[in-house]
Amino acid sequence: MRGLSFDVAHLLAGGLVFVSFMQLYQDRLSALLNTFALHAMVLTLSVAWQAYVQDAPHLYVTALIALVFKAIVIPVALHRIIVRLGIHRQIDKVVGVGVTMLLGMGLVALSMVVMLRVTADADPLAREDLAFALAVVLLGLLMMVTRRNAVSQVVGFMSIENGLVLAATGAKGMPLVVEISIAFSILIAFIVIGIFLFRIRERFDTVDIQALDRFRGEQS
Amino acid sequence: MTLPFDAVTAVLLIPAAAAALLAALPGYRITARINVAAALLTFLAALSLFFERPQPGPYLLVDDLNNVFIVLTTFVAFTTSVFSASYIDHELHIGRLTPTFLRFYHAMYQVLMFAMNLALVANNIGLMWVAIELATLTTVLMVGIYRTHEALEAAWKYFILGSVGIALALFGTILIYMAARPAIGEGLPAMVWTNLVARAGEFDPALLNVAFVFLLLGYGTKVGLAPLHAWLPDAHAEGPTPISAVLSGLLLNVALYALLRFKMLLAANPYAVAPGPLMVLLGLISLIFASFMLYRRRDIKRMFAYSSIEHMGIITFAFGIGGPLANFAGLLHMTMHSLTKSAIFFAVGHIAQVKGTQKIADMSGLTVTNPVLGWGLVIGVVAIAGLPPFGIFMSEFLLVTSAFVREPWLAILLVFGILLGFGALLLRLNSIAFGEPRGPSAEADASYLPMYSHLAIVFVAGIYIPPAIVTWFQNVAKLLG
Repeated sequence: MRGLSFDVAHLLAGGLVFVSFMQLYQDRLSALLNTFALHAMVLTLSVAWQAYVQDAPHLYVTALIALVFKAIVIPVALHRIIVRLGIHRQIDKVVGVGVTMLLGMGLVALSMVVMLRVTADADPLAREDLAFALAVVLLGLLMMVTRRNAVSQVVGFMSIENGLVLAATGAKGMPLVVEISIAFSILIAFIVIGIFLFRIRERFDTVDIQALDRFRGEQS
Repeated sequence: MTLPFDAVTAVLLIPAAAAALLAALPGYRITARINVAAALLTFLAALSLFFERPQPGPYLLVDDLNNVFIVLTTFVAFTTSVFSASYIDHELHIGRLTPTFLRFYHAMYQVLMFAMNLALVANNIGLMWVAIELATLTTVLMVGIYRTHEALEAAWKYFILGSVGIALALFGTILIYMAARPAIGEGLPAMVWTNLVARAGEFDPALLNVAFVFLLLGYGTKVGLAPLHAWLPDAHAEGPTPISAVLSGLLLNVALYALLRFKMLLAANPYAVAPGPLMVLLGLISLIFASFMLYRRRDIKRMFAYSSIEHMGIITFAFGIGGPLANFAGLLHMTMHSLTKSAIFFAVGHIAQVKGTQKIADMSGLTVTNPVLGWGLVIGVVAIAGLPPFGIFMSEFLLVTSAFVREPWLAILLVFGILLGFGALLLRLNSIAFGEPRGPSAEADASYLPMYSHLAIVFVAGIYIPPAIVTWFQNVAKLLG
């Protein structure tokens, strides 16, 4: 049982990193949102498996939150927003796919080297989870850097949050307070983002961050 | 105790209740007054912590260190609410804000106070993280409240950089928990700060080191340390001025406080890397970078935002050097900077309203056109530039002397940065205050009390600090190690 539980957890956490890579090369917004829903789905499975393995029922709540909010509600809402804005077919790319993928691989290697070395005497499950979680966080950051569309930056931010949830559930017995707060923060973040998108639309008729960059306060 | 709840609860409950009340009430005159009253009550509750403080629990803690922060935060929050009442009056008058937004503004102001107080009294590193995230989200909304192009860009940039910072900080928090779990055991106790610092010697040093790097980058983004500062000038320049005052005077301190707590944790483990050099490095980069940036500013609020980065750099440097004297200087500098910088923003807010612009070129000759505001700004800038007889001169002098004893080469860089910033500020001050009078000279409908009371405290502190406060700061400085 020990071997199996570890293997499945490993598979799911690795799957999350894999889906993060898939997000990196989606160039259409609607496809990106679908991939994000898949990301949240894999996270749900991973958290649920941790709940089962660690015999920690409160983690099922976290899994449920991930499923309902991140895999269903948020992607659907964002879909509606981008359809209403008429940008769902828009292509959004700053750095080429090849370069981004290479950078992504570098980041994954970096997180493996860092985390596996420092957690040498932690239990193997938590170790692997932490290393994968850091990889997901870094890939999310990479996505935020390489995209310039406001919606894809938001998706990047949410995949960072997914990585954090993976890390938090991997740390055995971490108090529930934190998980609920994570879910809450995503919700709040989403409200904030919703307001922002609304306002950005209202003011510029675009959600392209480059249009925002024109309005730098200081022309000297 | 006979009271149904203690002062710590009051510090948290008053802002929370006020926020709910202010969100429900229409009419800006009454809400502005309630805002002031709530801030005053919170300040009084915070003062009472000096005399009687509750036992630390799993969630809340008051000790010598955060008591200083709480009292400073609630005091500046109170004076800022007084300033905000007269500032908002004018904004409503010229139509930059509508009554609906004002209701939102006041409610958010109290939510921000609640979040900052919670971050300061939290004894649980998870709770502390939640509180700082809440404070960030609130200020993001406040920065964007004018809904102009610039305000939206600033808020968006702040939101993106802030959330990246907060994500890194959470990862660091999780790593701290992972390090603590083998020694303390699973569950809540392993996130309680008092437990952590008591048992830090048994933690895995490698894990602690990595955790600190994440926490330094994460909370360092909030402090506005140099490579991660990009949000700060925009957020200060485009939001309402009371929020600039609170951001510079308080929120940066709160983030720094979080960093200090984790620094103490690392210092308690003999095998972990010394956190000081990392903080010294980031502090110096911020100081020198911001001092250079000061020379090219055309916007007055942006200029003082860079000055905040500069001073946060100095404070981080001081805590990074460590030792009783440098820590003392850091604490004093932090207090003085909060008071002076918020006073400057009070002056700048009214000046920008009178002149109808934030451009430095369009507001020269202030001491002629608006003597009360103009001289207030002059005093404030002289104080922030570090000239005697003000408090900042005292703290910078202490820091420079202690740094020369410990690390002469670093001290030279420190002095270089301070002098660089000093030159830029005086250069600009000369044209703002004494140049050719320009622009409208209508008398501002301002309350000068908050500004001059801050400046008076800073002035007195430069000459005489009561022995009670000195011993208090010395104790805290020892605590910081």
